Amino acid sequence: MARKVNRSSVLFFGGALLLFAVIQTLISVGILTDYYSNILRIGAVMAIVSLGLNLIYGFNGQFSLGQWGFYAIGAYAAADLTYRWSKLHTANGVTVLLMVALFVGLALWGLGRLLSRVRGLDILSAFGLYLVAVAAATYLGVRVGGTLAEPVTGLLNALPPKLASQLVFFFAVLLAGVVAAEVAYLFGLPVLTLGSDYFGIATLGFTIIVKVLLDNSDTMFGFEEMKGARGMIGIPRETTWFWVFLFLMLVVVVTRNLLHSSEGRAVISVREDEIAAKAMGIDVARYKNLAFVLGSLFAGLAGALYAHINGFLHPDNFNFIRSFDPMIIIVFGGLGSVTGTIAAAFGWAILLEGVLRLFLPAGFETWRFVVYPLLLLIMMLLRPAGLLGSFELPFLKRVLPPLKASTPGAAEAKGGPA
Amino acid sequence: MTPAATPDERSVVLEVQGLTKFFGGLRAVSDFSLTIRERELVGLIGPNGAGKTTVFNMVTGIYVPSAGSIRFKGTELAEMAPHAITQLGIARTFQNIRLFPNLTVLDNVRIAYHPHAGYGMLDAVTHSGKFNTLERELTEKAQDFLGVFRLQDRQGEIARNLPYGEQRRLEIARALAAEPQLLLLDEPAAGMNPAEVATLMELIHFIRDRFSLTILLIEHQMRVVMGICEWMSVMDFGEVIARGTPQEIQANQRVIEAYLGRGAAALAQKLREKRTHAA
Repeated sequence: MARKVNRSSVLFFGGALLLFAVIQTLISVGILTDYYSNILRIGAVMAIVSLGLNLIYGFNGQFSLGQWGFYAIGAYAAADLTYRWSKLHTANGVTVLLMVALFVGLALWGLGRLLSRVRGLDILSAFGLYLVAVAAATYLGVRVGGTLAEPVTGLLNALPPKLASQLVFFFAVLLAGVVAAEVAYLFGLPVLTLGSDYFGIATLGFTIIVKVLLDNSDTMFGFEEMKGARGMIGIPRETTWFWVFLFLMLVVVVTRNLLHSSEGRAVISVREDEIAAKAMGIDVARYKNLAFVLGSLFAGLAGALYAHINGFLHPDNFNFIRSFDPMIIIVFGGLGSVTGTIAAAFGWAILLEGVLRLFLPAGFETWRFVVYPLLLLIMMLLRPAGLLGSFELPFLKRVLPPLKASTPGAAEAKGGPA
Repeated sequence: MTPAATPDERSVVLEVQGLTKFFGGLRAVSDFSLTIRERELVGLIGPNGAGKTTVFNMVTGIYVPSAGSIRFKGTELAEMAPHAITQLGIARTFQNIRLFPNLTVLDNVRIAYHPHAGYGMLDAVTHSGKFNTLERELTEKAQDFLGVFRLQDRQGEIARNLPYGEQRRLEIARALAAEPQLLLLDEPAAGMNPAEVATLMELIHFIRDRFSLTILLIEHQMRVVMGICEWMSVMDFGEVIARGTPQEIQANQRVIEAYLGRGAAALAQKLREKRTHAA
């Protein structure tokens, strides 16, 4: 079927390509130094993680402080894979995580199908079953992935080294997203049944747990290369402007397509009125989970990209207090606004990582948490709907379908009561 | 025509037996029973706090009954999830209108079509060919539907900005878009003036005939139910106190007592006797 290409998407993709090309040229020529391109890449990463949170909070109405935890999981997962490839010269990280993600995914899907036929199973017993299934799938994944490590390493070594490392990086980012999504699915099962406020507290707890686990990654789990609270070093710096831009576009298009579909309307109906949504036949639990999983997947991708910008990760970066960064960005950009979120994320990066750091004295870092609340306060007073309000780029805006010239109902309605 | 006189060959749509609900120590509904046959228009009336809405909430799965059974066309509904009940063919409206306030009129109706959308997550995210076809069909269906309710010109309006009467109409339209066989209306006339009530009653008759529906209606304004219901059940303090045609209910001593209190009921009785003497 030939598809009609409409003007707004041509403009959007054309504009995006142009923006990409201009910035890429400026970077290649050397006008934009590493310092500035760093800010842009951080901005794009923040845009991705915030779009994920906007899906969860802005569109689905579930107040989550867990986004930063999933971001951390993505960062460390991807960093470990590329580290193993570049420093330890083995692809075992990729094969093991690929197999674990695959088997866990299958286990979650299969068990979900199975349990949907069982009536009256309470949530905690179901969660217990899921945990057992996931543990078994993980064990299986580790074993199968281990045996695959050698042949895959050989295969990758046959490729040009540059291509091989890019390939490993690409898969590492994707896998980081998938792993974050699977953790979110598992965590969301019991926790999403809580009311929104309690859900917020539980997700805050999640972020704190992740940070503590990362502090002890070397001693508790034996991931020597993560070096626990000393911080992980030696991660290849693969995240170029090209990669962040690619993933940002992917996330924007997926978000936009989802929101402009019946699935997306179901997600939004949960925010609007949960009881009415149920009464309209919407499986509220399913759509809360969908938004949470997809939002966390974005967080995982963003974390993975972030890890390869500086080549250095420290658990302190994933302190729960930073959970408020994406929260502030989506409030600034406007809850439920995609354009606003992207603009606010870049604005945040330029302002806080760039301008303020250039012009304010070195001790400014500690003043961030004075600046943040002040900005938020002013914002709430002046523009409670967000900087851009309800503005969206034409491509991202929901268009009202035109009425057919002669609606059969229109004629009939004259017979019906007004 | 009394319900007993109607030949009972019409099949049973909803059969409620011994339905009971406790909230802590409070018995909100006790031993409630009701049988509704196809295409009937039945009223559930009673003073405030009698437990009518609680019955609705149990039938639609929002509350789990403490005891009793609810059968819809032979399927047991107790302990079923609300969305599954809706997908079986029961839709409802709410006493205090519950639209999706920040969405357009069109989207309010399109959400009700969601279970019949026919495409999955993958089609939605890629905007595949299948998505385009089905989404257009769904949208046209929703627009036709708005046409039936004379809301098609309002399709782009944000639901919360509609005038009250139109919000009520949209809520009924949205409930019908879920393609129910049984429609539960919870005080549809609340907050309406007499003229609006008259059009509402017309609308209820119209949709029953147009969509061949069975309708159960909660109302505590006697006037409304008396006008349109074939028969009704009267509740007071969680129990059914009477059942019958509008004429029977109007003459029922217990119903009058429940509504007006014992003294006033006696007075009303006296007045009625006077009138019959005069005639």
